[in-house]
Amino acid sequence: MGQEMQKLLLTVDKISTWAGQAFAWLILLLTLLISWEVFARYVLDSPHAWVFDAMIIMYGTLFMMAGAYTLSKSGHVRGDVLYGFLEPRTQAVIDLILYLVFFVPGVFALTYAGYFFAAESWAMNEHSSITSNGPPIYPFKTVLPLAGAILFVQGVVEIIRCVICIQEGAWPPREHDVEEVDVDKLKEMVHVKDADLAALDLLGAKQGGSQ
Amino acid sequence: MKIRKELWFGFSLMAVIIATVLIFMPWSQLLDGQLTRQDMGYLGLLMLALIVVAIMLGFPTAFTLMGMGMFFAWLAYRQSSPELATRQVLDLMVQRAYSVMSNDVLIAIPLFVFMGYLVERANLIEKLFKSLHLALARVPGALAVATVVTCAIFATATGIVGAVVTLMGLLALPAMLRAGYDIRLAAGAITAGGCLGILIPPSVLLIVYGATAGVSVVKLYAGAFFPGLMLAALYVGYVIVVAKWKPHLAPPLAAADRQVALPALSQALSARSANALAGLFAGLRWPNLRRGQVLSQLTVALLPALLISVLLALTYLSATAPAAVVDTAGLEQAGGSLAQDSSKPIEPAGLQEPPSESGGLQEPPAAAAELKAPVAELGQSVLAASPATASAATPTAIVAAPVAPPERVSAPTWYWVVFALGLAGLVLISWLMNWQRLEIFKMLLTSFFPLAVMILAVLGSIVFGLATPTEAAAVGAFGGLLLAGAYRYVSARSTHRASAVAKTLVDLGGILKESSFLTAKTSAMVCWLFVGSSIFSAAFALLGGQELIEAWVLSLGLTPLQFLLLSQCIIFILGWPLEWTEIIVIFMPIFIPLLPKFGVDPLFFGLLVALNLQTAFLSPPVAMAAFYLKGVSPKHVTLNQIFAGMMPFMGIQVLALALLYAFPAIGMWLPQVLYK
Repeated sequence: MGQEMQKLLLTVDKISTWAGQAFAWLILLLTLLISWEVFARYVLDSPHAWVFDAMIIMYGTLFMMAGAYTLSKSGHVRGDVLYGFLEPRTQAVIDLILYLVFFVPGVFALTYAGYFFAAESWAMNEHSSITSNGPPIYPFKTVLPLAGAILFVQGVVEIIRCVICIQEGAWPPREHDVEEVDVDKLKEMVHVKDADLAALDLLGAKQGGSQ
Repeated sequence: MKIRKELWFGFSLMAVIIATVLIFMPWSQLLDGQLTRQDMGYLGLLMLALIVVAIMLGFPTAFTLMGMGMFFAWLAYRQSSPELATRQVLDLMVQRAYSVMSNDVLIAIPLFVFMGYLVERANLIEKLFKSLHLALARVPGALAVATVVTCAIFATATGIVGAVVTLMGLLALPAMLRAGYDIRLAAGAITAGGCLGILIPPSVLLIVYGATAGVSVVKLYAGAFFPGLMLAALYVGYVIVVAKWKPHLAPPLAAADRQVALPALSQALSARSANALAGLFAGLRWPNLRRGQVLSQLTVALLPALLISVLLALTYLSATAPAAVVDTAGLEQAGGSLAQDSSKPIEPAGLQEPPSESGGLQEPPAAAAELKAPVAELGQSVLAASPATASAATPTAIVAAPVAPPERVSAPTWYWVVFALGLAGLVLISWLMNWQRLEIFKMLLTSFFPLAVMILAVLGSIVFGLATPTEAAAVGAFGGLLLAGAYRYVSARSTHRASAVAKTLVDLGGILKESSFLTAKTSAMVCWLFVGSSIFSAAFALLGGQELIEAWVLSLGLTPLQFLLLSQCIIFILGWPLEWTEIIVIFMPIFIPLLPKFGVDPLFFGLLVALNLQTAFLSPPVAMAAFYLKGVSPKHVTLNQIFAGMMPFMGIQVLALALLYAFPAIGMWLPQVLYK
């Protein structure tokens, strides 16, 4: 594996991550927008028609743009009956084949179709029809091919990773990211130290011996 | 050796599926050169078998579904119009993807997930567990019971199984082991409790099911509430029975572990009176104590009394309201409106004379006076409650007075029953409030109640139709934000006194950043899975696989009971190799169309599925909960011990499933009452 190659892989990772994280902030905006709208509707009694469209657009953009980010951190759900127990090389072979069979055609088709889908929307200057005078919807439809394209590029990077792993027998490293279950952080949060847990082992051994 | 055994399981499962397909496929028909309608149906079944195998291989499921769905949809289109097939497949894919992007049910998922991450990072679980275990110290198996209760509440608010099990593995497991609990019981309580979050609403699982099956999420939430509570109660019951029956598995807490250190003020006052209320009142007149300090303690001690009084006053107002009251009180009061749920069937022709003990007191608008008078008559301990009650109840009356039209309906009998019960509770609480309990109550006040109120507010506003799930989720996330901010502020103030606000803001920024990123990843995971599965299920429908399955199932001549048993068994077995997301998005579209044929309500089916999928987290070898626990437990705790500990709880889950089937009212009563 060349240094340059690893650099390239991490650069693409960074682009996907940056895109995903930039749009991840939409969740905060979405929370504030809806909370404010709830307040406006129930307390001020002045609801806004455009909020519904706005929240759909924010939600759709949020998860679509995070697709590649999630892939770059291997966050998409996998069936884990076998996979976790396999050698890295075997994992890479399976992944490589399935990337070529399922991922590449699927995501390519989605992006390709999405391009025309969005182009059509631009051509007719489409506006949302959920409420009258809805906001323009073509930027939102553009998110589909855009997210698809980033995802596709990230997929190519993952394919290269599979090849490297097959050659070298170990997965190339990824950059660290915030994790759902980060044991060390959680330990720190609830003030548990490894020494405490080790002390329990002694206790367990004593009890095990006495019983 | 271990590794080989695990692989063995997966490979044999795959081999069974492939062998079944190879044997039962009508190959001669498929390969005779022309594809008939029925052949396509068989192709659909082939696709279904292949997807299970492909998922088990471990490739990201969303893209497996997308790729395979695309290929088979193309086959299906090609059969009818070969020249248009490519165009049609592309259209299908983009339409399906866009429909997920603009789905107004799924939008609640990122919001609830966000709320969960925020609450998790508010860092109140340590306090929650400690206060609950002190509060429950007298119960047999106190630590394990407190574990289940903590898990239930925390898992409900966060919905993140991995984090809850890990955190409880760090907090509760060492505590239980030190107290001499059996490893298996301890592990079982943690893993089973941690999974409750996917059943008890607001849970993401129910949103995913609702979006897949086209069932209202609101009804699902209303329906899943009691089964969720029932399951939690069954766990607690099991722990108590085990602790009573075999005390060596869960020895009672040592007296030293039950005691809370009293602050100086309480210690000084406790010499005077064992009752905290009486002591604090006496303390008001002590010259050498600070007035404000005593007063603030007193206010805290009086909170339960205040709450009961306010609830009673509110209930009275709604019970005697002339017409159906439109509740615009907003989210904050939703918890309160839970208590008034029975106020809907107001009988204007109800009893004029309220029974016995409160006989003279039915001048309608005098809610405040009514509360004041009987309370004041009660002995010295409740004497305390009187001024506070008046101050609480009077504003209520003032607020309500202009709204209420002049002639009020006199309160129905049930109100006076509730009133008597509330009053009795008030007396009991005041009587029992000693110094130890006051400390425990103060701890609960800062850990248990904020969470409980938040959950009830979110849930109540959804279930009572005050807000859509999306709105409630957003407000819940906002509440989570405030909660995280408040807790961080409290801890910042204890360490960095001078710059507490700045420290809090920095902390909060970090929390927001982490939570947003995690939310983006989790939402992308679930929603991309939805994109894949909706393309996949479209292909399955196009191929006519659905019709084939329907024809086959109907040809079996099953009774509804047999059908339900069969479907739940299939879901149970699928729960071994697959995760709940995959099971719901791939297999529910197959089961749901069958339900009307057997007269099964999709809502009821959803509750059964949600209960059933609890087992998916606990069943080896993919039991995620066990691996999370193993990851943080001391080395001498083995995976086999954890699995063994989970077994009884899996048994309870099956029992709960049977109970729900036998008494559908457990789940269906609330939605039926609320949404006729």
